[in-house]
Amino acid sequence: MNTTGNSIQKLHEQYNDSLKKEKRWVRFYQIIIFIVFFTGWETASRMEWIDPLVFSSPTDIGTLFLEKVKDGSIFSHLGVTVFETILGFILGTLCGTVLAAVLWWSPILSKILDPYLVILNAMPKVALGPILIVALGPSFTSIVAMGAIISIIITTIVVYTSFREVDPNYLKVLQTFGASRTQSFKEAVLPASFPTIISTLKVNVGLSWVGVIVGEFLVSSKGLGYMIIYGFQVFNFTLVLLSLLIIAVFATIMYQLVELLERKLIKNS
Amino acid sequence: MSFLSIQDIHHTYFTKSTAKTALASISMDIEEGSFISLLGPSGCGKTTLLSIIAGLFNPTQGLITLEGQPVQDVNKHMIGYMLQQDYLFPWKTIEENVTLGLKIQKKNDPKLFSDALSLLAEVGLQGTEKQYPKQLSGGMRQRAALARTLAVNPKVLLLDEPFSALDYQTKLKLEDLVSETLKSFNKTAVLVTHDIGEAIAMSDRIYLFSANPGRIFKVFDMNEELRNMTPFAARNHPSFPTLFQSIWKELESLEYDRQ
Repeated sequence: MNTTGNSIQKLHEQYNDSLKKEKRWVRFYQIIIFIVFFTGWETASRMEWIDPLVFSSPTDIGTLFLEKVKDGSIFSHLGVTVFETILGFILGTLCGTVLAAVLWWSPILSKILDPYLVILNAMPKVALGPILIVALGPSFTSIVAMGAIISIIITTIVVYTSFREVDPNYLKVLQTFGASRTQSFKEAVLPASFPTIISTLKVNVGLSWVGVIVGEFLVSSKGLGYMIIYGFQVFNFTLVLLSLLIIAVFATIMYQLVELLERKLIKNS
Repeated sequence: MSFLSIQDIHHTYFTKSTAKTALASISMDIEEGSFISLLGPSGCGKTTLLSIIAGLFNPTQGLITLEGQPVQDVNKHMIGYMLQQDYLFPWKTIEENVTLGLKIQKKNDPKLFSDALSLLAEVGLQGTEKQYPKQLSGGMRQRAALARTLAVNPKVLLLDEPFSALDYQTKLKLEDLVSETLKSFNKTAVLVTHDIGEAIAMSDRIYLFSANPGRIFKVFDMNEELRNMTPFAARNHPSFPTLFQSIWKELESLEYDRQ
């Protein structure tokens, strides 16, 4: 008995070791790719295999970054964009979900609005940019509106579909208790749809960045989108690439935060 | 007038291209405290009838009264409904699930809450209050669903094949538990099932339905002795196989007719 116990323990250790080993290899190759990419970029730029004026180089970008950190200007640009994105993201998701709830509430309304939702969803929302700017003014408001509008309709469609797919037997249970439609929504429909809502959050993080950056292209005098368009106009591609890298980092951070929220919220279902 | 009276129910389902009559001329009188079963081939409208009794929708024609009042007008909490699966809400704890009905009906009396929780103990689930449904086995979950249904103190219990998703042993145990619990609270119950043995073991009276459209084909009354036994004991009673055989034959003849 004891010997088998020992050997099982040994096998378990071996299994854990193999898992660790695999993890180490994955990490190793990830780092290799990172290093190869940046050293390759640096070398190609130094040797002028690629045009350093257009593609810049990691060291140039790094130097520019330190410069911008020193004079503090990067923080105000970054702060503005991140704030606009978060606001656009929250507004888009919230309004989309509320709209989905309204549609669930009134099946007739949802039938009536169906073709319009399809049209609105198919239309490229960034094309609304000029109209938004004229309507809301070339300001912070229209940029946030861009960040929100780009995700509202798709959120509505996805969340509404998930509202409708809630197992009707849960609603039957509530109905036999005499639940009103509000109660059914609160007790069954909404909590059952949390996983879908969270997964739309993940999509919306990406979409809001698109909306806000395009918005900043069009109007802003501040923010990462402005840095890109400004860099493009004065042909400073180091600035453009720096902004891109910062956007990549912060979009990833926001995505990770949403995943964290996901783990917190739906641990029980 | 009897406690639960079903008077000449007809029901037809409409779709764009069809009008299918699910129930025709269903009448029955159910006494308080009795346990009746609706037995029949699939598609005979048993579940439709149960939903109509529950007031989930109105029949095309006919009237159902509970203590002389039409069921549509009766307070919803007078009727409890148990489904084929437990349908406990996975994001609520067992405690929250069991007190859900009270919450929906805005009954905030702490005594009702403690009564609901003592029902949990009664079905043998003490100590699971803070657990989530997925941590419980299928039989435990169905017992929690029973406690949830009883927590609002309904006068009539409608059971829609509540044991069909369980393994045989769990099913037998749960039959006894449900039967005893209902007897001790003097509840009236209507069970929908396609299991002849279950119908005989649990009920006082069995309505055998024929399909297309659903009609009452035959009524079987259980004898006094079987009625007073627990379902498990009833299954071992000498009259059980005889009853089983005669109901089996009727069901066979129904199937034969359809072909």
